[in-house]
Amino acid sequence: MTSDGWPLWEVFVRSRRGLSHTHAGSLHAPDAEMALRNARDLYTRRSEGVSIWVVPSTAITASSPDEKDPFFEPAADKPYRHPTFYEIPEGVKHL
Amino acid sequence: MTAVTAGTAESTGAPGGSDAAVAAEQAAYEAVFDAAVAADERIEPRDWMPEAYRASLVRQIAQHAHSEIIGMQPEANWITRAPSLRRKAILMAKVQDEAGHGLYLYSAAETLGTSRDELLDKLHSGRQKYSSIFNYPTLTWADVGAIGWLVDGAAITNQVPLCRCSYGPYARAMVRVCKEESFHQRQGYEALLALSRGTEAQHAMAQDAVDRWWWPSLMMFGPPDAESTHTAQAMAWKIKRHSNDELRQRFVDIAVPQAEALGLTLPDPDLRWNEERGHYDFGPIDWTEFWDVLKGNGPCNDQRLSKRRQAHEDGAWVREAAAAYAEKHTGTHGEAQA
Repeated sequence: MTSDGWPLWEVFVRSRRGLSHTHAGSLHAPDAEMALRNARDLYTRRSEGVSIWVVPSTAITASSPDEKDPFFEPAADKPYRHPTFYEIPEGVKHL
Repeated sequence: MTAVTAGTAESTGAPGGSDAAVAAEQAAYEAVFDAAVAADERIEPRDWMPEAYRASLVRQIAQHAHSEIIGMQPEANWITRAPSLRRKAILMAKVQDEAGHGLYLYSAAETLGTSRDELLDKLHSGRQKYSSIFNYPTLTWADVGAIGWLVDGAAITNQVPLCRCSYGPYARAMVRVCKEESFHQRQGYEALLALSRGTEAQHAMAQDAVDRWWWPSLMMFGPPDAESTHTAQAMAWKIKRHSNDELRQRFVDIAVPQAEALGLTLPDPDLRWNEERGHYDFGPIDWTEFWDVLKGNGPCNDQRLSKRRQAHEDGAWVREAAAAYAEKHTGTHGEAQA
């Protein structure tokens, strides 16, 4: 038996209350509970987190880097979604 | 560090496409890669990358990871004999950090398509190297201090530029490692300072440790630029940012005033400030010793590797038990996720 049989987990850490969990890294563990414990030891040795999520890596679906441009294109041609797109007369406040 | 995105880019040529079409596609991928490196963008796991870039990274990251976990041994040697509870707690935390650094780096290597088991197997069979510095013995308590100050100091000098390495997962692992290394170096310096300011015998012990670790620490930067086989390509790919000799000089310039503050001397009669260069000159390094240790003839090569293999074998029942438990309780192990 080797660690190859241990699945890979992605670790997400919330650094403090009020912030989102962010990806910290990955690790191998036999089950979710051990993954949580290993994640605590590996990614929060210096109080970097108040909450940890572990997710089996195989459960993540990622967009392909090859599709990058067409996939994200719908956002690229809509500058009117940004407030800076609009011209407002000088002196108008609170807008 | 997401191995979720590990593996090679799938499309390196449409099946059934002509050779010319495949070559053209390859060239197009290469151009995108070159442009990203030139623009100082990061390469991420699922991006196309030249096979030689991938192989070079696996070699370097694996060697780095192996060094972290082999590096636990010389210091762990002193945990049970640390001179106070304070020093003992510090040393245990440091050795645990080294294990953590190894794990960050193995994860980074795995994003390139290799596996943890393959990496460990190559370490155990001697097909991949670890840093030669860990083949020297820790003879006295002062060696723990000298390792923290000099060996970790040299490692930091090497590693800080790696935080800007072109390969994203490696760079991110190094950011985390560098944050933690700073404690390692300071605790070593503090331990040496306590000895240096202690009794005559303690001072002599500190000086002896520095005398033995100084030259091997300078060798940690690798062979001189003229003889370094990997440096030029690694710098072109922005894996490395500075040459071996540049980093070695930077380390010497930093270490000399630190030694003075410690009240200890460095074992090099040629060491002196060169006003013209704006750097310290230092004496010639004994590269025959370096190559000899690298070949396996250092004082502790056999001991380090056999202890590593034994630790791995002794841990087999734990890995088996954990896997059996996981299978019994969740039924997921080895099926959905393996």
